[in-house]
Amino acid sequence: MKSFNYHAPKDVKDASKLASSNSAFLAGGMTTIPSMKLGLASYKDVIDIKNIKKLSGIKVSGKTVTIGATTKHVEVAESKDVKKAIPALAKLAGNIGDAQVRNRGTIGGSISNNDPSACYPSACMALNAVIHTNKRKIEAEKFFTGMFETALKSGELVEAVEFQIPEKADYQKHPNPASRYAIIGVFVAKHKKDVNVAVTGAKSCVYIDKDLSKKLSSSFSVSAIEGTDVKSSGMNSDMHASAEYRANLVSLYAKKAVEAC
Amino acid sequence: MTKVTLEVNGKKVSKEVPDHTLLSVFLRDNLNLTGTHVGCDTSQCGACVVHVNGKSIKSCSTLAADVEGSKVTTIEGLAKDGKLHPMQAAFKKTHGLQCGYCTPGMVMSAVDLLQTKKNPSDQEIREWLEGNICRCTGYQNIVAAVKEAATKM
Repeated sequence: MKSFNYHAPKDVKDASKLASSNSAFLAGGMTTIPSMKLGLASYKDVIDIKNIKKLSGIKVSGKTVTIGATTKHVEVAESKDVKKAIPALAKLAGNIGDAQVRNRGTIGGSISNNDPSACYPSACMALNAVIHTNKRKIEAEKFFTGMFETALKSGELVEAVEFQIPEKADYQKHPNPASRYAIIGVFVAKHKKDVNVAVTGAKSCVYIDKDLSKKLSSSFSVSAIEGTDVKSSGMNSDMHASAEYRANLVSLYAKKAVEAC
Repeated sequence: MTKVTLEVNGKKVSKEVPDHTLLSVFLRDNLNLTGTHVGCDTSQCGACVVHVNGKSIKSCSTLAADVEGSKVTTIEGLAKDGKLHPMQAAFKKTHGLQCGYCTPGMVMSAVDLLQTKKNPSDQEIREWLEGNICRCTGYQNIVAAVKEAATKM
């Protein structure tokens, strides 16, 4: 790993001042550190945000659950508040990576990295999340812009993610047997007025399957999406799953999720 | 350079190291605690698992500076007064190892599991050990070891 300067500021203002085009914010480091070790990324300054107290914690209000950026996966998975308000979100967090990754990895890190196979982005999309940064609030749909790309600008730091509490929701994942990343992950959320079906792992970036969402909005049942032809065009094809197989999994796991709701 | 002060296996240590020093490197190269192994070096194999403030983590993917001020337990810190920790004794008894390379990480992960779950099922043990890869045993005797240790811890 190439050398860098390590910083651990105590507030967001200082963190922001240290940021440059040649810096990275460090939360759990579960992607940043391996990427630096492999030489895929290198920075002059690494800004550890763990000491910024206000970035950690879980708050439930009437209609939303807000999770601080440095809150670890294990904390979300074990949170009584999250389990009560959005059990699907706690379940998702409890199945990310392995126990050691969940002990370090954070929600802010996961969504800022926007890995095309990460679990959290699908929850953000399906649960109409609003991403709070040190500069503004961004709707999930506008936040995830492409493969490993987000709307975050240089020096902009995710502070918290605010999820809308749905009537019902479930997340179903077909994990890669080694990494536990989603070969396919489908997050179905039934809100008062409509249903969102968010898909991760299938394409270069998380997306809402509009067809499945529309059908489930008119009738929230497995039969409503039975026989839906999910198109494989634009889907990833690799040694683990072809595009056609992924397309089939999207439809299958959407049904599983509806069943589990 | 950065000064890293930790409590490792109950002893306070302080060393001046380059900022990018990994915890695994700090333990092995600076403290000569070579029981913590580095297998894949890409965070998948779990041979490097240690406890930081009681929780298992992968030391090859953590900066030493990041855990400044923490209590770290490595495999060397488990045995007390020359007596094996119940998990180590269970691995020995059930032959939960062959080459032994993954064993320190396996043991540290398994100890963390039993701290939170007293009597895990086979399924729970296997799921918990997802982050620890063994290429010799086929895992059967590792699961048996964790079950055996659960009766002693």
